Amino acid sequence: MIIKGGVVYDPANGIYGEEMDLCLEGGRIVEETGEKDVIDARGLMVMPGGVDAHSHIAGPKINSGRIMRPDDSRMGVEPRTGVCRPCTGYTVPNCYAIGYRYARMGYTTAFEAATPIIESRHTHEELEEIPILDKGALTLFGSNWTVMECVKENDLAKLAAYVAWGLKSSRGYGVKIVNPGGGEAWGFGANVKGLHDPVPNFDVTPAEIIKGLARANEMLRLPHSIHLHFNNLGKPGNYTTALETLDLLKDIKASRMRQVVHIAHMQFSAYGGTGWRDFDSKAPEIADYMNKNNHATMDLGQILFGSATTMTADAPLEYANARLLHQKWSNCDIELEESSGVVPIFYARMMPVNAIQWAIGLELALLTKDPWKVLLTTDNPNGSPFVNYPEVIALLMSQAKRAEEISRVHELVTKRTALPSIEREMDWSEIAIMTRSASARILGLEDKGHLGPGADADVAVYDIRPDEVDPSVDHALVKKAFTTARYTIKGGVLVARDGQIVAAPQGRTYWVDAEVPQADTERMMADLKDKFEKYYSVRLGNYMVQDEYLSRPQVVRAGTRARVEVAQ
Amino acid sequence: MIEDVICSFCGCLCDDLRVEVEEGKVAKVRGACRLGASKIMGHDRIAAPMIRQKGELVEVSYQEAYDRAAEILAAARRPLLYGWASTVNEAHQKGILLGEEVGGVVDSTATVCHGPSILGIEEKGLAGATLGQVKNRADVIVFWGCNPSEAHPRHALRYSSNACGKFTAEGRSCKKVIVVDVRRTRTARNADQFLQIQPGTDYEIICALRMLVAGKDDLLADEICGIQKADLVKVAQTLKNARFGALFFGLGLTHSRGRYKNVDNALSLVAELNAFTKFVVMTMRGHYNVAGIGQVLAWESGFPMSVDFSRGAPYFNPGETSAADLLGRKEADAALIIAADPAANMPRAAVEWLAKIPVIQIDPFENPTTLLAEVVIPSAIAGVEVDGTAYRMDGMALRMRKLVETSFHSDKEILQGILDSLRRLKDDN
Repeated sequence: MIIKGGVVYDPANGIYGEEMDLCLEGGRIVEETGEKDVIDARGLMVMPGGVDAHSHIAGPKINSGRIMRPDDSRMGVEPRTGVCRPCTGYTVPNCYAIGYRYARMGYTTAFEAATPIIESRHTHEELEEIPILDKGALTLFGSNWTVMECVKENDLAKLAAYVAWGLKSSRGYGVKIVNPGGGEAWGFGANVKGLHDPVPNFDVTPAEIIKGLARANEMLRLPHSIHLHFNNLGKPGNYTTALETLDLLKDIKASRMRQVVHIAHMQFSAYGGTGWRDFDSKAPEIADYMNKNNHATMDLGQILFGSATTMTADAPLEYANARLLHQKWSNCDIELEESSGVVPIFYARMMPVNAIQWAIGLELALLTKDPWKVLLTTDNPNGSPFVNYPEVIALLMSQAKRAEEISRVHELVTKRTALPSIEREMDWSEIAIMTRSASARILGLEDKGHLGPGADADVAVYDIRPDEVDPSVDHALVKKAFTTARYTIKGGVLVARDGQIVAAPQGRTYWVDAEVPQADTERMMADLKDKFEKYYSVRLGNYMVQDEYLSRPQVVRAGTRARVEVAQ
Repeated sequence: MIEDVICSFCGCLCDDLRVEVEEGKVAKVRGACRLGASKIMGHDRIAAPMIRQKGELVEVSYQEAYDRAAEILAAARRPLLYGWASTVNEAHQKGILLGEEVGGVVDSTATVCHGPSILGIEEKGLAGATLGQVKNRADVIVFWGCNPSEAHPRHALRYSSNACGKFTAEGRSCKKVIVVDVRRTRTARNADQFLQIQPGTDYEIICALRMLVAGKDDLLADEICGIQKADLVKVAQTLKNARFGALFFGLGLTHSRGRYKNVDNALSLVAELNAFTKFVVMTMRGHYNVAGIGQVLAWESGFPMSVDFSRGAPYFNPGETSAADLLGRKEADAALIIAADPAANMPRAAVEWLAKIPVIQIDPFENPTTLLAEVVIPSAIAGVEVDGTAYRMDGMALRMRKLVETSFHSDKEILQGILDSLRRLKDDN
């Protein structure tokens, strides 16, 4: 296939809006091809396929959301077609809707942000049913008994062996840490209150867990860094926890050319105030830190007004949400490993807290100078369902649109946030970075997020003529164009055209197989076997996710042993 | 000897069985309860596919059975695809696809079982935990309207009242067990406090407990539906003083007066207890994978049961689209029954209608539904002869093992066979 005459934005390769042809063959971008199939993209904007590095798309949490929200499943109903299975849902769509809707927006990859090891079989059952997309899942380690014991014993090699085994058991891609220690404390209805608050019964602190896992992550040379959901998330005044945690990781050396820590949904951790009454934005403080330091990246977790479903392994937070909102509440404690919860929510324009939250996300994006450090996400579906990314894009690209919105939300936004005074308007390249190139780089997906030869043939063509459109003024057009790609090509196959799904091939599932010294694994397994005998309700022999659950696995190798790096 | 075998009987999915296989047959089952062992050992099978001709079931080939089944489904205007509780997710997925293609209604046995629990969860959410969490932490266990001693025999020792875990090393002796039921069951013998309530008063009793938990003791009468206030005060104190409490409930709650409102009320009680301590709640699911069909339906259609595909997109309205109602209203005009026995379990009106419409049965074993089926397709036993995924009562997904070879087709293969016949039939027209 040849995509002819597009205006290409491929920031990873230093291409910022150049007219050029793209050749696709065998699922890859190639220098030239003999294929006759031509897509006419003359004058239209061409980008790599979108990559979502943090989204809740599969597993027990989202399915609990579906089951407890039939009201949500009644929205977004689309009957089956010759190509598509039927779709339902808005904040918690069924698997098919997830695949088709991402593809319609020009996205071709999405990573599930949190799966407990023991629940991963379920997560993969759902990932398998999501059509088109390449995907992966980050594995939860932050309240895990074995992790906490290794940290307590200060046995880094054993911890690394466990992380490698946990990734393999869950067929997971990276190390996710959610409110470290809090999931264990929640087992008896408590929480940890800060970085140095010991986890009950385990005598380790969240700070120690985070540092231990970060070190193990680098020891294993994993493609992705630790992926961290801070303690105290969602609470007024929590920006100090955020900054303190970031400082904690400053002197850890990355084993690859990437960040040491990726912060999940920063918006929920950039709060000032002593309570909801004096709640305000500390986004400028966070952005300032990000501008001065280079060891961290973040995704926004932007909220948008309207319906959402909060779901997280931060179970105490969900309980607090349910109490605060008088909402229905689902919880699931997961033996020896985690806890989690789900609560529906509605973000209201005239609710001061919601309006300030909305502004904080935008401030974070606009005040952080380097777009490679900030991913555009809504922590789908916590801040808003992913289908609303184009609204965020339009807001970031147009001060006029922001001003219009600010006039329609609670007036406290003008007093408690810096948003009204921010003039920055992002350009096409910056949007390309925040929605695909940086996501792929941060995840360590070498063949994604760019269009150089050898890259995956995942391409989005948008109905925008960059020469003619001024996003600052024509923001409605920008939003429309990013909502419905003219063409989405996944693995060299045209999957969506003008919002219509024309093919739904099965995507791949990435997971990381990290090698560790056999002796470390044996030492670790001796303890672990004991846990299976005494504490788990499942036998060790039935625990690990079987190969049957990944029809198209994409194994990424890593490990403690130094590998011969190919010279760049 | 095959180790770590997962039992395909009830929602406990005990995964520590050992099975001896001799000459391709299950010879011995070790570590299972009697119910589980008996299921795995198996009994009389349906020998071959059959089609009813002049009132008699006559043996045919699998292909002939598939073709006839496809004809029935293609001719039907309101087909019902019902059952699914005793087979694996891989069959569910194929069945849902078939349901989509024939524009049918896909419903599970949950609809006449824990359906009200699902409706209760839609109202209030579910504050749950995995069974291992309960085992390691719970010091207060409540069994309400369920009788695990007879229905889930290993539940107590593996997971709940008698289990030992990290923070419950002394097992039964460090726990308080409360049983609420309308009769003194075997489970009640294990109780520290047994509350024998009058049938149909669950809702009132739960209300009273919620009032006590909320500290509104003085508003409560001295006797509530025949139960002394003092007894309820004692229960409420035990609940509030728990370090970790777990409420397990069964059909006593879902199928007595009040139905899903009882469940709504129980879920609310548990949610409110979390203001004082840690408390979780769980449904005691019966068939080993009735939880699985709910999960698969939810991720494929958005709804956990009673899903109507006649509009091309999923539509859910229990009471209208639930199997017993569709049959009772004489609306369904054909039924595919798989891994279930509605003839033995459905209301009389529903069964009477089922006897009048063409029924396709897919099952390893003969049961009352066989007597009214027009097409009978014997299947391999999932979890014994076929591997695949099942969901425990706490939502834990496990992979059932294949223990022996078989010449029977699996549920998945059978559904695919019908689907293929159906597509050929459509192409011909």
